[in-house]
Amino acid sequence: MEAASIRAPAPAKQRSKGIPERRLAKLMVAPSLILIALVAAWPIIYALWLSLHEYSVRVAGLSRWAGPVGLRNYSNALSDPDWWAAFTHTIIFTVASVSLELVIGLGMALAMHAAFRGQGLLRTVVLVPWAVLTVVTAIMWQTIFVSPYGIVNTILGTDTVWLGSSPQALIVIIIADVWKTAPFMALLILAGLQVIPGEVYEAAKVDGASTWQRFARITLPLLMPAILVALIFRTLDALRLFDLPYVLTGGQVGTSTLSTIAQEQFATNRIYGLGSAMSVLTFIIVMAVSFAYIRFVGGNIRGLAEE
Amino acid sequence: MEAATTAARPEAAERSRARTKKAKGGPSTPWWMWVAVAAIVIFCLFPFYWLINISLKTGADLQSSDIIPPHPTLANYKAIFENPDFTKALRNSAVVALTTTVLALVVGSFCAYALARLKLRGKFWILALVLTISTFPAITVAAALFKLWSDIGLFNTWSGLIIPYLTFALPLGIYILVSFFREIPRDLEEAALVDGATHFQAFRKVVVPLAAPGLATAGILTFIGAWNEFLLAVTLTSTSKARTVPAAIAFFTGATEHEIPYGSISAASVVISIPLILLVLFFQKRIVAGLTAGAVKG
Repeated sequence: MEAASIRAPAPAKQRSKGIPERRLAKLMVAPSLILIALVAAWPIIYALWLSLHEYSVRVAGLSRWAGPVGLRNYSNALSDPDWWAAFTHTIIFTVASVSLELVIGLGMALAMHAAFRGQGLLRTVVLVPWAVLTVVTAIMWQTIFVSPYGIVNTILGTDTVWLGSSPQALIVIIIADVWKTAPFMALLILAGLQVIPGEVYEAAKVDGASTWQRFARITLPLLMPAILVALIFRTLDALRLFDLPYVLTGGQVGTSTLSTIAQEQFATNRIYGLGSAMSVLTFIIVMAVSFAYIRFVGGNIRGLAEE
Repeated sequence: MEAATTAARPEAAERSRARTKKAKGGPSTPWWMWVAVAAIVIFCLFPFYWLINISLKTGADLQSSDIIPPHPTLANYKAIFENPDFTKALRNSAVVALTTTVLALVVGSFCAYALARLKLRGKFWILALVLTISTFPAITVAAALFKLWSDIGLFNTWSGLIIPYLTFALPLGIYILVSFFREIPRDLEEAALVDGATHFQAFRKVVVPLAAPGLATAGILTFIGAWNEFLLAVTLTSTSKARTVPAAIAFFTGATEHEIPYGSISAASVVISIPLILLVLFFQKRIVAGLTAGAVKG
């Protein structure tokens, strides 16, 4: 540890003293693994255990314990129309926001790639929505959509109660999410664009390929891996949606999600069993999607490589 | 260009069509390029401008949707800094985010160094486990942590937030640091080892200083993540004793009961965004490199 020991003469032994390498490696990895075990692995096991029991605190300080109930919490969750509503909202949100983000992000990336002047400025500007806190994003769109503060009804000449009506509230949430994350998508796609060598386009031009052909036959296929990675990240994120509905609508008016409904059960209602069962269901859905994606992406990249 | 027309929303289609054209136009059509650049700038900045606009209005002006505040005032900013709920939340956020960042860099760099350089069995599985954690939904651990923290007294404390934040910051941090450590020439460490340094000394005195840019990248992203986190912040805290700014702002009811709180909520939102926007302005390249490295390889 002391600085002096570096300078200390250590001629005879070539390998250094101190803790043996493998042991040191284990010691250095241990804190991370312990934290992960403590805060990620163990809580999931505990949530599983809670979900198989009826355990709730309805009155502060009085815990009611009714023992193991098997899969009843799961069957209750799965026969609860509110849970299915939350499931549907989450899926609608995920599909709509991720596909809009992809289209807008791709457009932004292509423009940024072409704009040689001002690219530094654009990269900074594009990071602003990413850096704005999700909660602030929610408040910001609230100030834009809620009359009389907002400008949307003024421009449209309507008097819609955006955050109080059923499809509209979810639309506002989708817009807020697209604003916040389309720029992030653009940066990921831009990174992919920048590794495509310019000669490929020159060659295609010489061969007489049109602008559209160059985009569809060269740019898009070569971008596929970057786009797919961006899609995975965004889909996994979208399925966990919580902050925006919590702030914008409190999960009311057709905006409940898998996360808000579970959180409400265990944190607000203190029904740990059902809340944990809903949390575990979210976990299973997210993990299933991530595995499906990994298989799909793996196959797709392999397919591209073989071509 | 036809690709753009597949967009469901006409607005989005129009915007990206304009941009696609730009992309192919080249230097012969600079006019289009500037339209696209302007569209991106407006898309990204106008909503935030609107928030600033609202934060500078009070009283009757709030009821209007003027694009420029008719009587700009800093009254809302003055009000939130006199609101103890907000100032305490700022303090909580600063303590929680900074502590998380420092601990994540120490713990994460240890793990990353062992994975990047030392002999260790099961490296692949450790890395796979670490990356799997990054896809875990926070809601799944929230239920158990809420119950456990309530039982052992960590509910509504700084530590109760720092511990899970640290864990969720580790995957990206480790990933970024492993790739930075691998780029450092082995010769420098070898030289230190031959000179009699231990592996740990080589790590601390040679590798860490050389990996400073990587540490900065990982640190910035960790700080932003911790500053931004919301689900655990609202679930694991209950009062201004430990509540961080995102959670506090969600429960904000304004400086006085009579005033409609949008003015002060907007002011508070602008204030808490400033540290992050400054980080972005100064470290733009580093952040982009960190994000794309983590994402492209992840």
